[in-house]
Amino acid sequence: MSEAKEFYETVAGCKVQMLRGGKGAPLLFLHGGGGAGIWLPFFKTLSEQYEVIVPEHPGFGRSDTPDWLDNVGDYANFYLEFMQKFGLKDVNLVGTSLGGWIAADLAVRDQSRLKTLTLVAPAGIHVNGVPKGDIFLWTPEQSVRNLFADQTFAERVLAIQPDEDERRRRMKNALMLAKVGWQPRLYDPHLRKWLHRIAKPTLVVWGDSDKVIPAQYGPAYRDLIPGSKLEVLANCGHLPHIEKAGDTTALISKFIAEAK
Amino acid sequence: MKFFFIHLMPYAELDLDYDKQHNSAWVTLPNTYYDAAKGTKLYNRYIDELVYADKLGFDGVCVNEHHQNAYGLMPIPGVIAGALARETKNVKIAVLGRALPLLTYPLSVAEEYAMLDNISGGRLIAGFVRGIGAEYHSTGVNPAESHDRFHEAHDLIMQAWTKPGPSRYEGKYYHFDYVNTWPRMVQQPHPPIWIPSQGSSETINWASHPTRKYVYLQTFSPADQLKRFMDMYRAKAAEYGYEASPQQLGWATPVYVADTDEQAKREAKQHIEAFYNKFLRMPFEMLIPPGYLSLASMQAVGQKARAAAAGAAATTIESVMERGMFICGSPDSVAQQLEHHQKIVGYGKLISMMQFGTLPHDLTMRNMELFATKVIPKIRHLGEDDRPIKVEAAE
Repeated sequence: MSEAKEFYETVAGCKVQMLRGGKGAPLLFLHGGGGAGIWLPFFKTLSEQYEVIVPEHPGFGRSDTPDWLDNVGDYANFYLEFMQKFGLKDVNLVGTSLGGWIAADLAVRDQSRLKTLTLVAPAGIHVNGVPKGDIFLWTPEQSVRNLFADQTFAERVLAIQPDEDERRRRMKNALMLAKVGWQPRLYDPHLRKWLHRIAKPTLVVWGDSDKVIPAQYGPAYRDLIPGSKLEVLANCGHLPHIEKAGDTTALISKFIAEAK
Repeated sequence: MKFFFIHLMPYAELDLDYDKQHNSAWVTLPNTYYDAAKGTKLYNRYIDELVYADKLGFDGVCVNEHHQNAYGLMPIPGVIAGALARETKNVKIAVLGRALPLLTYPLSVAEEYAMLDNISGGRLIAGFVRGIGAEYHSTGVNPAESHDRFHEAHDLIMQAWTKPGPSRYEGKYYHFDYVNTWPRMVQQPHPPIWIPSQGSSETINWASHPTRKYVYLQTFSPADQLKRFMDMYRAKAAEYGYEASPQQLGWATPVYVADTDEQAKREAKQHIEAFYNKFLRMPFEMLIPPGYLSLASMQAVGQKARAAAAGAAATTIESVMERGMFICGSPDSVAQQLEHHQKIVGYGKLISMMQFGTLPHDLTMRNMELFATKVIPKIRHLGEDDRPIKVEAAE
């Protein structure tokens, strides 16, 4: 099974776009600041083993923007409600960047519906002396280039001419990322105090050439979550699930298979 | 017509070659470009120029607020306004900041403005702005919260001035159990309020509301945009059921006067081009961070603004004069241009910026003199409307 169905669901009064494909244990994927909406090769591969569920966050892309949305805590509560509404249990929760922050925050609040947690270059904490990239001052081209270590990926993304709808979705995504991540920049100073509560098997994945959230954040995250494991991918930027899709899929599958 | 003299207080000693290494005079331009010995002279020179406007008979002087840049050295405009409150005798003193959303304690503005109104004996004009996008990079305040914080801070400050204290303010971003500003305002119930903007339908709808009828200032914009937004204000007022007075409409623009058109253009050229190309220089991402505009506004202006930001380096004196972004010439020709725009646009307040970029002191003073003695008398009668502006009681 590699094809996905696209549909809309209303949770907490907010209509969100969802992609869903595959059969097996549930794998809920929380996207980063660039939005979702595309069934990536990464999802296709994972959907051979899992039921992969990819919602687009409230306020992003094709999803509605609810009045209640102010911060990442709202997202964490939203996805707790989401899992409850769809009766999801033993969920393998995977989040990248902003989505990783949401996933970590969610797990601190209530991990009862989780089986495993995978954080791919997650935002959410700050390491003093290690600045993140100033993503809001980058030009659109710099933003794309700085996401990848291998510039052939950047070239492919830059070659795509967005239509009017896609341009609007990109503006919407940038606005929402600013809304929840501008200050403090891409983190919550209170999150790190409680990450030790996460008791589910946790994998942290980072690209060694990440220019958005530098790889030094990997060990910091690992040390804050007891028993978690860190995997660093060589020659990889901020989007391991795209730039090193095969390696990342293999890491996640192996980790979930071995998780007790 | 009422005439105001605005100063931005640029760091006129800026090494104009900075842009070989840096893409903006804002936010990220190293402050090692600043020399305090030169700055001391500039500040005092600029205050002298503002005081001179009082002696020349301008109706008011204006200062403004920007942060971390070479474009304007007034991050705390109240410092300059405080000096002016003592050094001037007749002019109104307009503070065309404060950027309310940037503050965690907006009652400091209620206090600061009340102090200025007391020291100046009721000559304060209170400006409220959101600040341009660059301020959000400089201060870290979330641009996506800017509109809501502005409205809350405004309501809070108005409450501090008009409701006997202590009172309570309960907002989302601001919550105070004791709103009890000392000192109280000289001007009751509150000083005139001006809203400077680069043009926004949301701001105009809000400022023109019958409970406010605030003075709307269009700043440094092409003539066609000036007309568009002034028309928008009048149309909105008509929709609200009243006729907007020219007193409610102000235009802020750089102005340069010399004996002849040719001399004016020759003298102003390098300085106005430095203003637009060097001091105002900033990339689109700095000017308009995500969230600073609503999605709808972003879609409307996004592409245009991006093109404008990218093309800023190509500005010439001819192009800004052609677009009505710089009024320059002999006294007669400046008077004609201002009259021409007044007839089309209907503004009743002119906020002339008569020092810009690197324009030196002697040329600034002569510019001001010629304007005050040879331009103002010719056009003073335009846009006059002495009927008091009556606002409706708020709900």
